[in-house]
Amino acid sequence: MSDGAGKAHLPELLRSGREAVLDRWLEVVLEGVRGRITERELKAELTELYALIERAVAGGDEEAGRELRAALAEISRSRARQGFSPSETAVSVFAVKQALLEQVSATADMQAYAEFIEFSSWVDDLGLVTFETYASAREQVIADQMEQLLELSTPVVKLWDGILGVPLVGTLDSARTQVVMETLLERLVETGAQFAVIDITGVPAVDTEVAQHLLKTVMAARLMGTDCVISGVRPQIAQTIVALGIEFGDIATKASLADALAYALECSGIQVTGRTEA
Amino acid sequence: MTAQDVELPIVSNEDVVRVRQLVRAVAAEAGMSLVDQTKIVTAASELARNTFVHGGGGSARVESVVNARGRAGVRLVVTDNGPGIPDIDKALTEGWTSGSGLGLGLPGARRLADEFELDTKAGEGTTVTVTKWIR
Repeated sequence: MSDGAGKAHLPELLRSGREAVLDRWLEVVLEGVRGRITERELKAELTELYALIERAVAGGDEEAGRELRAALAEISRSRARQGFSPSETAVSVFAVKQALLEQVSATADMQAYAEFIEFSSWVDDLGLVTFETYASAREQVIADQMEQLLELSTPVVKLWDGILGVPLVGTLDSARTQVVMETLLERLVETGAQFAVIDITGVPAVDTEVAQHLLKTVMAARLMGTDCVISGVRPQIAQTIVALGIEFGDIATKASLADALAYALECSGIQVTGRTEA
Repeated sequence: MTAQDVELPIVSNEDVVRVRQLVRAVAAEAGMSLVDQTKIVTAASELARNTFVHGGGGSARVESVVNARGRAGVRLVVTDNGPGIPDIDKALTEGWTSGSGLGLGLPGARRLADEFELDTKAGEGTTVTVTKWIR
């Protein structure tokens, strides 16, 4: 929207009908937000947008157009993080058309209608901007969460001097195995641990791929001089592994983490005894 | 959750997990014991991964079934339109692998299930049907 300084009916309408259009816009958008944003916050947002739209529509103000896009991008990003749906976000922009159209039809001014059509396609472009920002913001959220999950899901903890614990939870795919293996091997270097207990209590199913990943991790640790014990082998997992024909060879396996710790302690020559009163 | 006669696409590693979760849900709903649940879920995992890795993607159908004697069970049909299996005997041999796996997936799935049916044609695709009955 640049031309129209002489025949500008729409900018005039935007100015004169500011209160009415803003109120109607607010009303339409409020229906969709269902209390996730307060009316006052929303009003402040829309008033800012409205001022920018006014300046952009009046023409000759390119700065306003840029600011408007930036403001819209900011709003869609915050909407994406607050969990709004894409259409709920886009409606906040499109609703201005509805609000303004009501003003235009009240005047029954043909010139204003003509300008409104141009305005409408301009708002559609703005809507697309919000949509794109929304989508990329959501992708960012998902990427962040995946990274957090990957870090969260692969802790290596110290169980005892020289004994590390690796509790595995969830699905063990190639990407996660890689992270597990790297974290474990790094910690082995740092701590010089003699034993590592890999606990699979939280792994729902052990198929050949999971088994292969486990075997590789154990082999890598072994090359660094650390013995691994696999713990958390439940009855159903044991039966499945036998049926699949997977061989764990000479790798020690235990039913519970406690058994594995006791085994590692025994192998390290540490004796744990209850206190006896003299 | 009622999950009966559901068909899932297998085009990524995440889909293998989805098939596994669906099989577990159907098996649990049918009242299968934890050991048998784990067996059929593991078989599903192997077959779905074969479809994804060797068959170039396909689909899996999970259904709860009842046989002629009124015994209930869970059936899984995994289909792909991949290159097919050239030598079935070899593919069912333990430790033989065309890729980099352990070579235990297909023979293992056969042993984990009660019924196993393999239908393959070179260049047309492979369909594997496994059924586990409730004891």
